[in-house]
Amino acid sequence: METLERILAEHPFFAGLDARHIQLIVGCATNVRFDAGQFIFREGEEANEFYVIRHGKVALEIFVPGRGPVTIQTLGEGEILGWSWLIPPYHWHFNARAIELTRAIALDGKCLRAKCEDDHDLGYELLKRFAHIVEQRLQATRLQLLDVYGVHS
Amino acid sequence: MMSDPMIPRQYRISRVRRETADTFTLELTPVQDEGTFSFAPGQFNMLYVFGVGEIPISISGDPANPRTVVHTTRVVGTVTRAMGTLKRGDVLGVRGPFGSHWPVEEAEGNDVVIVAGGIGLAPLRPALFYILSRREKYGRVVLLYGARTPEDILYRRELGRWRAQFDLDVYVTVDRATGGWRGNVGVVTTLIPRAPFDPLNTVAMVCGPEVMMRFTALELRKRGVGADNIFLSMERNMKCAVGFCGHCQFGPTFVCKDGPVFPYRRVKDLLAIWEL
Repeated sequence: METLERILAEHPFFAGLDARHIQLIVGCATNVRFDAGQFIFREGEEANEFYVIRHGKVALEIFVPGRGPVTIQTLGEGEILGWSWLIPPYHWHFNARAIELTRAIALDGKCLRAKCEDDHDLGYELLKRFAHIVEQRLQATRLQLLDVYGVHS
Repeated sequence: MMSDPMIPRQYRISRVRRETADTFTLELTPVQDEGTFSFAPGQFNMLYVFGVGEIPISISGDPANPRTVVHTTRVVGTVTRAMGTLKRGDVLGVRGPFGSHWPVEEAEGNDVVIVAGGIGLAPLRPALFYILSRREKYGRVVLLYGARTPEDILYRRELGRWRAQFDLDVYVTVDRATGGWRGNVGVVTTLIPRAPFDPLNTVAMVCGPEVMMRFTALELRKRGVGADNIFLSMERNMKCAVGFCGHCQFGPTFVCKDGPVFPYRRVKDLLAIWEL
């Protein structure tokens, strides 16, 4: 049987972390599942988790008056959902909704924040990894803003 | 195919297919029976709308079907706008085929990842036909396709058919979701990190807007694909198509003659020069 410890240790996001840090992280982890259409979190709510998506697909949405919910990005298997748990005031800026049955590992952000305060090496390792994700998503967003497939005179 | 590459031959439109709101596909057959039309995937023709002008358009048909010449075109300027009004039975001038081609033979024995953006799927379609007709000669074959919106997705029926095959992985994403779209949202480069191919044994063929190709090549390099194994199809202002006029000069190369398909290593430094 796959243990949470093994799943997390083998995930690229946690690659290179020593066993002690993996154990600390596993102490904040639980298995979760979301049915198609189910909200994982909503804009404005407290952000106290992040998720390692194991299976399925999640839409990040924002509600636009007159247009309804607009999907700005989708995340799938192997990807990390959520970084607002790391940055005060710890509130979600978007809705996250499972588009299909989604299985994930939820990491308790409050629990991890406390452990990062106690162990700055762990905090630094996690921050480096999240900074990489934030950079990737920022680059992708910039490309999206360019509207490269549009007709430009 | 012809003795003088500057003289167009007459082709009659045998079929017009509307692909999206601003793209259409023309199927052409020669007015006079001049045998077959053979081309390599990635090559282009010069299409002449009589009285309006001539433009380069990639060939998007099946190279195994030498009787019909197929072009998918987007309405972006005077000539393509006029071309979009043509009907079955109308006649066009055709010169070609010209230019370099996708390394479909060299890719044998490797995984192949095809990354297309927007209308860039059209020049890659012949490569897909070619590879799928010799499927056993390749490893994993992956198509990553990005479009502006779900309504802008080209060759929808074919994509569905290819996706239903068990020997081709098809991933489609859109920059902007509309309507009831339940697929991926995000730029095509975001599909690369998790696409199922072995980067050390992969040949990548990339076509789309230049910015998209630049970032795609960087992402492929990050994943571990060698610079010599990434190929891009460049677009410049091609006029003569045979390297005489110099309109399509791109640094030390002419896109019409040395391209349009280039190894990434050959053009990567040129891509960063604004003046080219």
